[in-house]
Amino acid sequence: MVRRATVRRMDRREPKANAGPQRTWWLVLLAILGMLAHPALAAESTSFEQALGNLATTSFKQKERAIGELLDVRHANTRVVLNALLEGNLYYRKSDRRVFIAAAQDANLRLQDPLTMSAAGTADASEYTKITTNNQLRKALKSALAGFDLADPDPDVRLAAVNELLRSLDADSVSILRARQSAETNDAVRTAIHTGLAIADLDSEDAAVRLAAVEQLEGSLNPEAFNRLTAIVARSDDGSYAEPDERVRTAARTALAKIDNWRSFYSTLETLFFGLSLGSVLVLAAIGLAITFGVMGVINMAHGELMMLGAYTTYVIQLLMPQYIGASVLVAIPVAFVVAGGVGVLIERGIVRFLYGRPLETLLATFGVSLVLQQIVRDLFTANNRPVETPAWMAGSLQINEALSITYNRLYVVLFMLIVFVILQLVLKKTSLGLKVRAVAQNRAMAKSMGVRTEWVDALTFGLGSGIAGVAGVALSQLTNVGPNLGQTYIIDSFMVVVFGGVGNLWGTLIGGMSLGVVNQALEPYAGAVLAKILVLIALILFIQRRPRGLFPQKGRAAEG
Amino acid sequence: MPISNPAIRFLASERGTQVFLALLLTVGVAVPILHLAFPEGSALHLSTYTMTLIGKYMTYALLAIAVDLVWGYCGILSLGHAAFFALGGYAMGMYLMRQIGTRGVYGDPVLPDFMVFLNWKELPWFWYGFDMFWFAALMVIIVPGLLALAFGWLAFRSRVTGVYLSIITQALTYALMLAFFRNDMGFGGNNGLTDFKDILGANINAPGTRVALFLASALALGLGYLACRYITLSRAGRVVQAIRDAESRTRFIGYRVESYKLWVFAFSAVLAGIAGALYVPQVGIINPSEFQPINSIEIVIWVAVGGRGTLYGAVAGAVLVNYAKTYFTAAIPELWLYALGALFVIVTLFLPKGVVGLADRFAPRRPPVQAVTA
Repeated sequence: MVRRATVRRMDRREPKANAGPQRTWWLVLLAILGMLAHPALAAESTSFEQALGNLATTSFKQKERAIGELLDVRHANTRVVLNALLEGNLYYRKSDRRVFIAAAQDANLRLQDPLTMSAAGTADASEYTKITTNNQLRKALKSALAGFDLADPDPDVRLAAVNELLRSLDADSVSILRARQSAETNDAVRTAIHTGLAIADLDSEDAAVRLAAVEQLEGSLNPEAFNRLTAIVARSDDGSYAEPDERVRTAARTALAKIDNWRSFYSTLETLFFGLSLGSVLVLAAIGLAITFGVMGVINMAHGELMMLGAYTTYVIQLLMPQYIGASVLVAIPVAFVVAGGVGVLIERGIVRFLYGRPLETLLATFGVSLVLQQIVRDLFTANNRPVETPAWMAGSLQINEALSITYNRLYVVLFMLIVFVILQLVLKKTSLGLKVRAVAQNRAMAKSMGVRTEWVDALTFGLGSGIAGVAGVALSQLTNVGPNLGQTYIIDSFMVVVFGGVGNLWGTLIGGMSLGVVNQALEPYAGAVLAKILVLIALILFIQRRPRGLFPQKGRAAEG
Repeated sequence: MPISNPAIRFLASERGTQVFLALLLTVGVAVPILHLAFPEGSALHLSTYTMTLIGKYMTYALLAIAVDLVWGYCGILSLGHAAFFALGGYAMGMYLMRQIGTRGVYGDPVLPDFMVFLNWKELPWFWYGFDMFWFAALMVIIVPGLLALAFGWLAFRSRVTGVYLSIITQALTYALMLAFFRNDMGFGGNNGLTDFKDILGANINAPGTRVALFLASALALGLGYLACRYITLSRAGRVVQAIRDAESRTRFIGYRVESYKLWVFAFSAVLAGIAGALYVPQVGIINPSEFQPINSIEIVIWVAVGGRGTLYGAVAGAVLVNYAKTYFTAAIPELWLYALGALFVIVTLFLPKGVVGLADRFAPRRPPVQAVTA
């Protein structure tokens, strides 16, 4: 449903004749989609063509009739054609009176066939006549266009149309809204229409009507309503009010206070959500580290670079399957897990296993690995950022109301993080590998004497943590620039999250990451992004002094490791 | 009869120290002579570039000694020493900025160029006093020292040790880097401080000034080395090494572990600050990238390469790695990170005592260097 709304919205964009091949292709696709939505395809097309042909006249009366016909057939392209007419982009060929959408380009016209929406080449302007409009016709067109969308079967389109009308309210749009008011069935659209009518009523001569309008606008989140109410209570330079009636002013003040409350409520919600999504990124970045650092006691400074590998894997997958961008991200997840996990196992077998029990040395050695990985990526993909595309299903946002909207990529990051977290918990708590990992973490010697192949478990644990880093990299590729320095920007944050949450505790990492994200986001409006980050870092440093083992410290013998 | 006075013993006891002091003396005398006494074009002439380079290595060596003191002798792996180095550098840079006076692009007698550019009307309070050299020199010591004291007091008191300490020192330098990148901070934002003209009334680019800066670096390195050597041989230094090897045991014996760590850490930070202050006039710029976490880790690798737990090892490591860096980044820049990365891995895996340890292995008759464990 929502996806369809984005499609429709694109359709409303001006199909100017300078549309590149890409845009045209889209439009063709949209036209086809549109046609599919209408069953009587063939018959409709003919009448649309006829109605279009009727526009090729100089008589305004005939044009108006033709517009009426176009509206009646409700063809998928009607809207585009009417819009082109309104903007003066509609022409007909003198020779055969065929109608084209066209844009002037020097002395030529770039043509687009309104039937198929495909480009129809360029032609000499002198062979074409512009279909002109007069005031009356333009007015009719505007109403027609608004009414056209208001009658759309999709409530999202209707809502967008109402909001468009609200932006420039005049007598015409008010009458359109009034006409639609009773017929409207969707609650959201009806509320929007009522808001619009109430805003219009603020201009009424009758104080009682104004008062009723103000009362109706109470709690409305429409920015226009807010502006108008503010204007009512505002005092002009000479001390007089624009609004003569004291009762209306008092009502407006009450309404404004209520609106302010709601607005701050929603902006708090938004900050909270932004914080949670930022926190999710931190958790994703840190959770692999929580395994290698927390469970194994190994400082993996190359963790950030493993994330970078995951992000580059996404890029490569997109290069391999350019026509399936939507699926590429999903494909990249397991591939990135395998790539980063494989590199992780190599690091463990080649370096880390010689350094168990010497955490500071693993820190230095893996830092060396991170430098090498960065340089390899630089040599393979150059030092520039690589463009990773966002699939269509991740673009756009979920509009909850006029004050609150949630972008899909942030929403998906939160969900993705939760899925990864749950899977990881299941692996550690419910599988035999998880049992062995925990056993080795708690008491290596005892686990070994019970027959656990600790070396094998070490390699797999490190691989698991690294693989998670790769998966986090896929998510990061959708949120930030993919370049050789991607890992460096996250490594310190990830360490802070793990240390803050408490080493060896995945729940600590989750809660630590989320709270850091929210705090950071909450500080941002007051302090700015960089200062907020600095403050959070300082707060963390101080926190670790108070509780050196983090929020959820390990207890018992394992803690002394 | 054992010599009880460590002040005498430190010179006699160790071959490496003797070699280092002899080399430092030779370089300190020979380089200025080769630079000044022989005209340009002569085969024996040493260019300003080379002399400045050696001077720069010396400040790095001092920095390495500072890190070795806390890591090699006290077991504190600080990943934030670049921050102290940069703070010392900024204090010196601020003095040099104030010396520019009206010769800046905007010609403002008080405000440095970047402040005029940002439309600032008056000097921020923390820039007061930096027009006087003694004040700046004091700040070079006080600012890193106080920061280290405050940070260490908080950290050591609550027994933040090992990896945790490393990570929060890294967070500290990262936070400082972000802060200094901000234009609002009043330290020139990401351009930092540069375009210096005078130091103590002398043109900073004149050959005589260059030689003086070189000699100052050599002197600071020598004195810093002797100071560290004195500390490590003193009774307190013994306790510090005991803390490194068995912290809990030392505490249970009755020593105040926190205070020892704190003072070593602060002294080390001061040394790093002095190194930074000498570094800035020689390279002519200080900017926030000096705070980068990677810089701090690089210092640690100098020490590791040279051999931690021996002061001359730290010096050797700093010079070797930086010479390699100078060579690689000029000749085959794309290989430098591979080389550095491999160095990290090889040294930690195969050379736990660094090149100095390697040299010791081939000279078995000498008494063994003290055992070092993290």
